[in-house]
Amino acid sequence: MDSESHTYELKNEFIKLYQQNADFLNSNSGPLMNEFRPKAFDDFVKLGIPTTKNEAYKYTHIEEYLKGNYEVEFSVDPFRINLKEIFKCDIPDLDTYVVLMLNGSYYYDNQMPSLPDGIIVCGLNEASVRYPEIFRMHYGKYADTATDGLIALNTLFAYDGVFIYIPDKMTIEKPLQIINISYSFRNLRITRRNLIVAGSGSSCNIVFCDHTLCAHNYTTNSLTEIFAAQDANIEVTRIQNENSLSSHISHTFFHQEERSSVTSNTISLHGGLIRNNFFARLNGTGCESNHYGLFMGDDNQHIANFTYINHAMPNCTSNQLFKGILDENATGAFNGKIYVSKDAQKTLAYQKNSNLLLSPAARMNSKPHLEIYADDVKCSHGATIGSIDAEAMFYLRSRGITEKEARQLLMYAFAYEIINKINIEVLRDRIIDLVDRRLRGELSRCNNCHIHCQ
Amino acid sequence: MLVIKDLHIAIDGKEIIKGINLEVNAGEIHAIMGPNGSGKSTLASALAGREIFEITKGTVTFKGENLLEMSPEDRARKGLFLGFQYPVEIPGVSMVNFMKTAINEQRKFKGLEPLSASDFLKLMREKQELVGLHAKLTNRSVNEGFSGGEKKRNEIFQMAMLSPDLAILDETDSGLDIDALKVVANGVNKLRTKNNATIVITHYQRLLDYIVPDYVHVLYKGKIVKSSGKELALVLEEKGYDWIKDETE
Repeated sequence: MDSESHTYELKNEFIKLYQQNADFLNSNSGPLMNEFRPKAFDDFVKLGIPTTKNEAYKYTHIEEYLKGNYEVEFSVDPFRINLKEIFKCDIPDLDTYVVLMLNGSYYYDNQMPSLPDGIIVCGLNEASVRYPEIFRMHYGKYADTATDGLIALNTLFAYDGVFIYIPDKMTIEKPLQIINISYSFRNLRITRRNLIVAGSGSSCNIVFCDHTLCAHNYTTNSLTEIFAAQDANIEVTRIQNENSLSSHISHTFFHQEERSSVTSNTISLHGGLIRNNFFARLNGTGCESNHYGLFMGDDNQHIANFTYINHAMPNCTSNQLFKGILDENATGAFNGKIYVSKDAQKTLAYQKNSNLLLSPAARMNSKPHLEIYADDVKCSHGATIGSIDAEAMFYLRSRGITEKEARQLLMYAFAYEIINKINIEVLRDRIIDLVDRRLRGELSRCNNCHIHCQ
Repeated sequence: MLVIKDLHIAIDGKEIIKGINLEVNAGEIHAIMGPNGSGKSTLASALAGREIFEITKGTVTFKGENLLEMSPEDRARKGLFLGFQYPVEIPGVSMVNFMKTAINEQRKFKGLEPLSASDFLKLMREKQELVGLHAKLTNRSVNEGFSGGEKKRNEIFQMAMLSPDLAILDETDSGLDIDALKVVANGVNKLRTKNNATIVITHYQRLLDYIVPDYVHVLYKGKIVKSSGKELALVLEEKGYDWIKDETE
């Protein structure tokens, strides 16, 4: 059977799954969420699961990761375990507002008594009922279901996630730390849908941590829409650390108004499949949009980053820097696009992807893509794929440093450029330690779980 | 300390060093001079263990052990140091982290405990002073953004930090102005004891005004064609290398 027919079968499976569970989904979710399902359904029927014939998914065999036997959840918080007892955050010195998410749902016992007045942090489903004005204005407005079957699929099965609202001119000093936990007794398909709205002149720092607490297969389709009103300043850091059996497809949409500033930093430590799609629409003049990523793969992992930075308005700046370190049979892909519309004069847009291959079997595909319709712009892109510098290795070893330690220093040096872009010092220090341990092969996916299921 | 016997070195099948004999004892300074392309840097790199150079014949013992069987790091840990002609820039590896790792790896090898953070920083300051390397090293990557002179001082600084038994300084004087040259030479002289030895590789006699060698060897077309006392350097300064070429050919 060729992969086309696989995909077709998988598509029908999802269609059937929705038809069988639509009533349950709709009765457990707010009407403002349900409104989006009929169009999402039509779009999914039209688009299906993207294949490698789709330019954006050319290097990622999505269907290979999505097929198989899974349980699926359609409602909030199906079993009330005491998450706080089994999960201890690996970033203990980080003073944050912790928000726990269990299998895509907002954990029922999240408590943030000291959250400044006016700031809202709650489950998405709850927000759709309690804050309909904000919800209606932003939900589904940036992630277009007609563009990608997986976006349609997320919108079709969405039932919860985290909702964050920062009012105008508010600043949260402490970062909000969203800890996504996958925990179950069976293989599980998880759909997670987040919405973050930052009012004009507001400022916030959000950290997402993705964890699997069990050795089961998880396929997660997560989607986050982030709205930055004018002069808003948002920094999003994502730490991805899931087990080798897990597949995680994430879509992040940034919609930026005038003079807003967004910095996204994604550290992919571990996971079977990690596919990150980043979209930014610079919808007002004077925006800054920074997208950074560091990924480390070994074994048979596949890690792909896709970006689409849309310069719709003049005088905006965007930077992209993605760096990968691949060992053993790991494969990676970077597929980055800068689009400059004809009115977006004085655009500055830079993109770079550098990769370090540590074994002959490791593979990396890098595909930059510039589409420019304005004439007064500065844009650049570059990609490098190389191995560890032999001259630098010899220099370090000639000082008595072992080959292993010298490699470690050089890999770490390669990664540091990305880590250094993280502005919270304690978080940066913690990530330095996590990356160092990851590169030494000491980072176990179970090290922060007290269950020891294997 | 170092005994080289009939050493032949090739790269990509091409023989560069064609049979060298040399003995260096503790307390001695040897200068190896020679025109460009005579094989000086090849000899230095091969002694430090650079793998692209193939030893096709001969033996090298260092403190009684077979040097050629050792990895580059083991050579360093046994007390051999190479001052690079072109120090490598390594963005992202801080000088502090680099030196701390090097010192502690060497200490581990000798069965010593790692240096405490305060002892380490004290040692750094002391040795920086010794070689006149005033750059703030804490936040700087190895050789990145260093001027030519700073890079060479940094080599001598590393030598001071690691206090090797045998230092091979490969064209440490190239690209240095006279003041920088004095500082570098001064560093080497201060580090000299009766227990260690230095091989200074240079093209010009200039450096030898400040580092006075016990022996001068002329390397030409992969062979040592002349060995003598320090006065040989002066003859080379006066007459150039042509008379040696004439004499050999």
